[in-house]
Amino acid sequence: MKRIITATVRNRSGVLNRITSLLQRRQFNIESISVGRTETEGMSKMTFVVDVEDSQKLEQVTKQLNKQIDVIKVSDITDKAIVARELALIKIVSNSQLRAEIQGIIEPFRASIIDVSKDSLSIQVTGKPDKVEALIELLRPYGIKELARTGLTAFVRGQQPNTDGSFQSLLG
Amino acid sequence: MERTQKQVQSATEYNEPKTGADLLVEALINEGVDTLFGYPGGAALPIFDALYKAQDAFEQILARHEQGSIHAAEGYARVSGKPGIVVATSGPGATNLVTGIADAMIDSLPMVIITGQVAQGVIGTDAFQEVDVMGVTTPITKHNYQVRDVKDLPRIVKEAFHIATTGRPGPVLIDMPKDISGEVIEAEFKPNVELDLPGYQPTTKPNPLQTKKLAEAIGNAKKPVLLTGAGILFAKASEEVLEFAEKYSLPVASTLLGLGAFPGDHPLFMGMAGMHGTYASNTALYECDLLINIGARFDDRLTGKLTSFAPNATVAHIDIDPAEIGKNVATDIPIVGDAKAALKKLLSHDIKQPEHDEWLVRIHENKENYPLWFNNPDQEMIGQWVIKKVHEATKGNAIVTTDVGQHQMWTAQYYTFTKPDKWVSSGGLGTMGFGFPAAIGAQLAKPDETVVAIVGDGGFQMTLQELSILQEKGLPVKVIIVNNQALGMVRQWQEKFYAERYSQSIFSIQPDFVKLAESYDVKGIQVKTQDEFIKALPEIFDYEGPVVVDARVLQQENVFPMIAPGTGLNEMIGVKP
Repeated sequence: MKRIITATVRNRSGVLNRITSLLQRRQFNIESISVGRTETEGMSKMTFVVDVEDSQKLEQVTKQLNKQIDVIKVSDITDKAIVARELALIKIVSNSQLRAEIQGIIEPFRASIIDVSKDSLSIQVTGKPDKVEALIELLRPYGIKELARTGLTAFVRGQQPNTDGSFQSLLG
Repeated sequence: MERTQKQVQSATEYNEPKTGADLLVEALINEGVDTLFGYPGGAALPIFDALYKAQDAFEQILARHEQGSIHAAEGYARVSGKPGIVVATSGPGATNLVTGIADAMIDSLPMVIITGQVAQGVIGTDAFQEVDVMGVTTPITKHNYQVRDVKDLPRIVKEAFHIATTGRPGPVLIDMPKDISGEVIEAEFKPNVELDLPGYQPTTKPNPLQTKKLAEAIGNAKKPVLLTGAGILFAKASEEVLEFAEKYSLPVASTLLGLGAFPGDHPLFMGMAGMHGTYASNTALYECDLLINIGARFDDRLTGKLTSFAPNATVAHIDIDPAEIGKNVATDIPIVGDAKAALKKLLSHDIKQPEHDEWLVRIHENKENYPLWFNNPDQEMIGQWVIKKVHEATKGNAIVTTDVGQHQMWTAQYYTFTKPDKWVSSGGLGTMGFGFPAAIGAQLAKPDETVVAIVGDGGFQMTLQELSILQEKGLPVKVIIVNNQALGMVRQWQEKFYAERYSQSIFSIQPDFVKLAESYDVKGIQVKTQDEFIKALPEIFDYEGPVVVDARVLQQENVFPMIAPGTGLNEMIGVKP
């Protein structure tokens, strides 16, 4: 099962190496990692997408991450109301005749053309991984020359649904 | 404590400016370090120069190999309860420590390791004696640091000692680039020694709802078992565990490393559990309906095949490391906390006495009917007999260290440990060459106690160069080589599981261990028969100095009983002769 885990870490030297090495040696299967600075100075947030067999293995991932001295907080946010985004850059084979057709394909995805050359087009798309995936599949027949994805980044929404279905502010 | 009077012969007395290395040494003194194991080299020279200036502040031990330093520091840490300190140089100095660091990590020993590193200007250029020590040691340390700014050094040392000694103890490494060690500290520098560890808050107090849940489970149990691990020793909770077990008549099984946490001669004690554990302990772990694990990590050598490990039990696990709970064995009652705090809390609950008389009778019968056994030959010696004699001669009071292998298992089986912190062995990593240097560290920690290193002829040959330290520091360590001229446990597995194809496990040539000992100015004795050994015992233990005993034992003897790899606790072989 795929899970989305976030970890707040200190920007100490080697922290990324520490965490990836931990995940590797304990044989946790990582689909993607994205890392960046947060609103707090000296703190970064990592978002992992992991593929784990069961809840016991999942618990181990979070516990082992938590055990690291430079890790401040670990959360499994998969089952929460979250905003999750990935960015992909897709370079496809194209020419001037195809450009309008491709424009028509990418428009519903709110993707944009960011580079044009004689025989290729570069497209930028942002969104949930399944949306990114869907666009890639639609573009594949044209011939993908290059593809780069950031991996997922995410956090929980400002409001979480209550068990009765109504929304309650997390800040309230 | 005369030393502390004279301490900090700081740089100023030498009329030299203070350096990063001086700052490091001052920080070590501040942490109360009294013994340091080191091996110098180019990139560590500024540190050794600072140690020269501070030589009256603490005992400095020069091993003959870095591996000897770190195993000695491990033995020191295990027996003293204080962190073991090792200083080595960059590159090969650091990599020679790797085995010991990994050993300390898996057996949870508090250690602070300081390695020299090439100067920052050449880090990453494959400079002479450069190794990515941070990369190499990240997986085998609790935490590691590379000092990038000399001003951070006092804080880093403080954090390193804190991390090494609190929560689940473990090794912490500080990598010191040579330019940092040699950097002159500005006169107005005031060290900042505040701990800055927001991500490190070990839970020591157990959750009372969970301890209450365990208390209720004990009241309802028909077949409870207490499993005692080394976590009890680190928490100094032996008295509490005894009181707890006696209060509810809980039968006790011990892990290998937990030996001595509960008195080995107590009627409730069933013996060591696991691969070479007793029938009573392993059967109880298989049949129990409540298993209370205190401070053990459910190692595979303990559990055997997981599906046969306590299959019908409610499992409670008390551990200071939350990641250990549920790692190998599904846990019904998780209790994160210090073993002593958890036991005190459990003792404060008003627990119903379990009704488990039948269970106690069954366990008593198993102990009576299936004791540990060996066939004693007429005059020739076997390992088990040797250990029994060492136990008698030392009245069970010695600190005993071992390597890994047959002699280790026989010691665990036949040297009855009745007190905590007397047993020093490499459990998790199973490190050959550990036992002898660990005995040196143990003797330095407890100069007045009898320290016996029970080693195999294989393991001893890995670190025997440390015999130098015995005379140098006047340490009366007694080394008993259980010499079967083979790698005994390897030979046993080859016999049982590889159709007696003894590949590279038999030593056809051995050194003359007596002459070897004598060349290091240590008394050497060879014994070949039971009579000779009995005659030699007073010579060994009444003698004031160190002794190396080459005890020639039968090569074919195996360790029994046994759980073959991949089988369960209920499938023991060799339970009866």
